[in-house]
Amino acid sequence: MIKAILIFNNHGKPRLSKFYEHYNEDIEQQIIRETFHLVSKRDENVCNFLEGGLLIGGSDNKLIYRHYATLYFVFCVDSAESELGILDLIQVFVETLDKCFENVCELDLIFHVDKVHHILAEMVMGGMVLETNMNEIITQVDAQVKMERSEAGIAGAPARAVSAVKNMNLPEMPKNINIGDISIKVNLLLQRL
Amino acid sequence: MLNMTVIYFISYLYLRTSLKLMFAFCLHSDEGLSKHPVSLETLYPSIKIKVYFALFISGKSKEAEIKRINKELANIRSKFKGDKALDGYSKKKYVCKLLFIFLLGHDIDFGHMEAVNLLSSNKYTEKQIGYLFISVLVNSNSDLIRLINNAIKNDLSSRNPTFMNLALHCIANVGSREMAEAFAAEVPRILVAGDTMDSVKQSAALCLLRLNRTSPDLIPMGEWTSRVVHLLNDQHLGVVTAATSLIITLAQKNPDDFKTSVSLAVARLSRIVTSASTDLQDYTYYFVAAPWLSVKLLRLLQCYPPPEDAAIRGRLTECLETILNKAQEPPKSKKVQHSNAKNAVLFEAISLIIHHDSEPTLLVRACNQLGQFLQHRETNLRYLALESMCMLASSEFSHEAVKTHIETVINALKTERDVSVRQRAVDLLYAMCDRSNAKQIVAEMLSYLETADYSIREEIVLKVAILAEKYAVDYTWYVDTILNLIRIAGDYVSEEVWYRVIQIVINRDDVQGYAAKTVFEALQAPACHENLVKVGGYILGEFGNLIAGDPRSSPLIQFNLLHSKFHLCSVPTRALLLSAYVKFINLFPEVKGTIQEVLRADSQLRNADVELQQRAVEYLRLSCIASTDILATVLEEMPPFPERESSILAKLKKKKGSGTVSDMEDSRKERSTNVNGSNDHIVTTSPSSDLLGLGHTQAAALNSASPPVTSNAASLLVDVFTESLPVVPPTSIIEENFSRFVCKNNGVLYENQLLQIGLKSEFRQNLGRMYVFYGNKTTTQFLNFSASLVCQDLNIHTTPADPVVDGGAQLQQVFNIECLLDFVEAPVLSVHFRYGGSMQNISIRLPITLNKFFQPTEMTSQEFFQRWKQLGAPQQEVQKIFKAKHSMDTEVTKAKIIGFGTALLDGVDPNPSNFVGAGVIHTKTIQVGCLLRLEPNTQAQASCSVKRTHIHAALYTLMTINCNIDYCSTDISKGKIKIFKCIFKSQHSQNK
Repeated sequence: MIKAILIFNNHGKPRLSKFYEHYNEDIEQQIIRETFHLVSKRDENVCNFLEGGLLIGGSDNKLIYRHYATLYFVFCVDSAESELGILDLIQVFVETLDKCFENVCELDLIFHVDKVHHILAEMVMGGMVLETNMNEIITQVDAQVKMERSEAGIAGAPARAVSAVKNMNLPEMPKNINIGDISIKVNLLLQRL
Repeated sequence: MLNMTVIYFISYLYLRTSLKLMFAFCLHSDEGLSKHPVSLETLYPSIKIKVYFALFISGKSKEAEIKRINKELANIRSKFKGDKALDGYSKKKYVCKLLFIFLLGHDIDFGHMEAVNLLSSNKYTEKQIGYLFISVLVNSNSDLIRLINNAIKNDLSSRNPTFMNLALHCIANVGSREMAEAFAAEVPRILVAGDTMDSVKQSAALCLLRLNRTSPDLIPMGEWTSRVVHLLNDQHLGVVTAATSLIITLAQKNPDDFKTSVSLAVARLSRIVTSASTDLQDYTYYFVAAPWLSVKLLRLLQCYPPPEDAAIRGRLTECLETILNKAQEPPKSKKVQHSNAKNAVLFEAISLIIHHDSEPTLLVRACNQLGQFLQHRETNLRYLALESMCMLASSEFSHEAVKTHIETVINALKTERDVSVRQRAVDLLYAMCDRSNAKQIVAEMLSYLETADYSIREEIVLKVAILAEKYAVDYTWYVDTILNLIRIAGDYVSEEVWYRVIQIVINRDDVQGYAAKTVFEALQAPACHENLVKVGGYILGEFGNLIAGDPRSSPLIQFNLLHSKFHLCSVPTRALLLSAYVKFINLFPEVKGTIQEVLRADSQLRNADVELQQRAVEYLRLSCIASTDILATVLEEMPPFPERESSILAKLKKKKGSGTVSDMEDSRKERSTNVNGSNDHIVTTSPSSDLLGLGHTQAAALNSASPPVTSNAASLLVDVFTESLPVVPPTSIIEENFSRFVCKNNGVLYENQLLQIGLKSEFRQNLGRMYVFYGNKTTTQFLNFSASLVCQDLNIHTTPADPVVDGGAQLQQVFNIECLLDFVEAPVLSVHFRYGGSMQNISIRLPITLNKFFQPTEMTSQEFFQRWKQLGAPQQEVQKIFKAKHSMDTEVTKAKIIGFGTALLDGVDPNPSNFVGAGVIHTKTIQVGCLLRLEPNTQAQASCSVKRTHIHAALYTLMTINCNIDYCSTDISKGKIKIFKCIFKSQHSQNK
């Protein structure tokens, strides 16, 4: 069984956390920190498995993780799961995100927190693997997007956007424009695929 | 200088096709412009969420983040509380924000109700966000569960597959008991219904699995079980995967109900494994056919023994062979995903082979395959190969084959960059160790220990200690190993490890001289670990004489060596050293003066630590007063320890959980020999001299070296320390139920997790008989069972108790009691027995009280008052005034008085509310007549006059017991305070 799925960036900022066993909110945050601490100190190219931290149940549980560009994807599982199977599942997850967001980057996970949850829900349910077929997952997600659009009545949106841009107070525009933390826009899969 | 970072979104272009954020710019404002973010809400509604989220991206200032979040939370709260009804979109927006804030680790204490409201929306978007919020934020004991359940119920019956899926997901994610109660019947129905969509079936299967995990009692096995098994034949592989997960869990609990799944699983697996990978199209992952399903099916088969049906068995073997063959084929893709998927199936197949442990050819092939992986360039594969080989090492078919890889594994330990892999290598070395390679493996582990990561040192220390003990042929090697262990990793050597080495040295006299010599040499190092000082102190104290012949290790040199470490050690170690010194006095009379001087020093005799001070005083006194004979008896060499499971092993098991270690130990038990040697070597000792079993700390264990040890020494001690030594307090006597038996004779006297003691008793005149029933509440035997009674004023004969009490059995013991004199103290029953590894001692006061020997006496009102008045002398009367604990019930009080033993004299007292009783206490020597009057008084009174003499002391005690428990104290709830007055009058009547 998958106990928890955690995504955080290189600085330990959580980007997604999903616990399939109930923990107190404080404990959840501590688990994220502990996991980050365990995972981040490891070199690249070492193995992708390690024994779980104490908070999540110690050596009975394993952390299976992958590092993509700026993000760590960590699955905490018990002994009933196949390590390599979970590793592949992480890959499927990221590839699916990549397809849904077109070159997924950290920013997508922040802005579309709900959608990421939905994609995950299509793959893992109550701690068990629900679906592993990427096409099937994407079909489901696309169907949801379609429904969202039809409900939002999105047709009017561009017009509103244009008028809003016109109404913006241009003199107040910032002068020194830097591109911020560029790393969060790095495509996660660039280094892997 | 403000150095605040504000992120602005200056432009957000909404692209209809991609919903993609294009630019996010960050402005560094050096002029301290506290600009507010441009309001972009008009631009496009969802932008505001995004602008808001963007503020957290940089994450540079925690304070700014908290400030911003608090502001936002206040805003959302006011929106939710506001009069204006929020539209669905706004609700979605705010709930989304709350989710994000929660993710960042901030408490969300509102918004739940709004999320629940979203559930009943007809719009998918809103419903979805509601469910999302609930599955992330609502815990299982929320009081909103009922509302949520209603919404789920509606969605489940909506027949809209998307809504049903949302609802099922929510049940699976929350998984509370209320939900299980509400949907335990519904979910299986959806799962097996013919018209359910595939995707819903998938969700229903996992939802059921989750409910089964959380509340197994609520999920009735029914006709749906057989239909679940047939889902293994489903067309849709997603459904099969989900169903397999479900069946694995159910089969672990009820293997018989799901036996039929074996043949179906084998058939399915065979179809997947042998098919060309293109057949399964979508479920082919990087050229591997349905890897997840294969893994799950192989897991399912691990719930069962090898199939009995030869055809199925053949087919399964064929599958496993095919999987092993495929591993040798050239990869179809260079991508790591391909090899991962392929090897996931392969490792699971190997696990199944190991689990079945029946096909030697397959086992050897599996072992060879793992051997290949041990040298693979993929770290993951090396890790998994080491892990799987660990299991393989416990199979008798492949143990030898695993051993051939020892060099590779040792090499992995030395060269592997990754600590997780090295740890697995240690595990495997431990598992593959036997007598033939123990020395090599222990040496390698010891040398690795010097550079090992701190996190795994303790575990390695335990493993080395166990292996060294288990496979020691030559105990000098064992002693060397443990001393090395202490030298290399002293901080990680737990008490159990050094206790154990002492036990073994004491139990084996062939190694004692060597041990003494070795510790003596080891102690000469300028800096040695405190654990070494402990071992050294103990061993030299016991066996220092064995090396004293050598002038290089003369008694004085030994003592000086030990004492040179003294001031560097902690209190428990110093205490141990003091005991060693006093043992030296016995071993080497020539150093007595030196040691006495040390003990007499102010730093010892006036040490701030009580334990040290006491030891110094006692030892000094002992050495001054006692004769050589007494010293020799008191400070005798420790007797051997009883044999038992190694406490180190127990510790390792505890550390590693119940998993692999114990299995390994069990399966290899026959190969191991216990270091304690054969049973005839063992002499039973008193439990207090047991170093390990007590669970006490060092001090207790070390007491074994100090005087109050053996029972024969105890009597000597009384002579030695007549002046001021405190009496060792007896173990506390249990009296909790004692008072209940003052007025009754039968019942349960005592009960704990192990033992129940019941009583049945009868008394006539000065004689009584008590049946004591000892019930063993455990499933294991109590050994060395004994129970004894000690009392001076009672003459008690007993049948000896059977020394063995079987699990669940009851033992009866009869006590025949004769009352010799009036007495105060009730006798104490001491029960001793061995349960598991430890002695249990229970002391319990047996309710044999003076009133048991009452004979009731009937008399008329006139007789009663005549006698009452005669007994006027102060020493003949006891009186006590006390408050009622309960409201007073006449019948209850009457029953109590009769139970107390006296006759109840009705209609004797002119005041009808008074109670009057009379009886004669019989003892062998005298008979005492007693009169009793109980005067309930509804007015509050505080005066209490009690007169006691020697005989009344007993009655007084009795009365106190009786009164305190049964009648006294107040019943304030009724607003009335009831007072009782109880008067005893007694009389000596030698011959009535």
